[in-house]
Amino acid sequence: MSESIRQESPLVERNTRARHQASPANAGITVRPRPFLACINLRGDPSDGAFTDAVRGVTGIDLPTTPNTVADGDQWRALWLCPDEWYLVGAPGAENDAVDTLEQALAGQHFAVNDVTSGMTTLEISGPRTRDVLAKGCTLDLHPRMFGPGQCAQTLISHAGVVIRYVDDQPTLELMVRRSFADYLWVWLEDAALEYGMAATE
Amino acid sequence: MLYIKCPWCGWRDESEFGYGGEAHIKRPEDPDALSDAEWADYLFMRTNPRGSHRERWVHTAGCRRWFNAIRDTQTYEFKAFYKMGEEPPGGEQ
Repeated sequence: MSESIRQESPLVERNTRARHQASPANAGITVRPRPFLACINLRGDPSDGAFTDAVRGVTGIDLPTTPNTVADGDQWRALWLCPDEWYLVGAPGAENDAVDTLEQALAGQHFAVNDVTSGMTTLEISGPRTRDVLAKGCTLDLHPRMFGPGQCAQTLISHAGVVIRYVDDQPTLELMVRRSFADYLWVWLEDAALEYGMAATE
Repeated sequence: MLYIKCPWCGWRDESEFGYGGEAHIKRPEDPDALSDAEWADYLFMRTNPRGSHRERWVHTAGCRRWFNAIRDTQTYEFKAFYKMGEEPPGGEQ
């Protein structure tokens, strides 16, 4: 179904070739949009073995039950959102089949599976000034001793609701944001990173 | 700015939370049996203590769970945070 629909990143007018060429060489942060990543909102009771077994069967993941943690599988990644809700994030285009197989595997149970791929977009932010820039609009302590590997958090960045995920110690952090907020977040990042320089890349 | 401990997510800034008024107000089991005055009391009347106050908060920008807190209305100091359905620490007040 999705093959016949042309997908367009909400940042298509921001992340242009001209913008890449204008990027400073020694930028404090580099922003890399990751549009179209499959994103499924999954709800269910993690204390119910039938539910967790079915999800593991489809995604290969044991759903994380520790607040604000991430579980990685080969094809899917699960982010804890609340005690009975997760995002399943996978490769672009994987959402339709996954929703179907999850619904089949969970049939008869108390659950919810919703494809929210087109409602979300992802920005990867890396570079030496990543934490300094985000600190201007985010009240979370993103220092590695507080926010390290395997962690994610829902919070606000300058009023925009985001899910932040730790990627690596470059540092690289990933922001999942509703697509209607993506343009605002990009413009805010450009402003916040003005003193350090912001590069954009594919 | 208050610093609030979500029972699920831990310490977060006040800007992530919403306030939900007094906690532990039980909906009457049979509203039809109540007089208008009793129904109005359930709907509108709240304690307004000077000191410890048990109240509801919601972690709007985070896990979106409601929880309870005990806060001193004079000093704004939080005494306790506990999940919905849990007994308030320190017993009945």
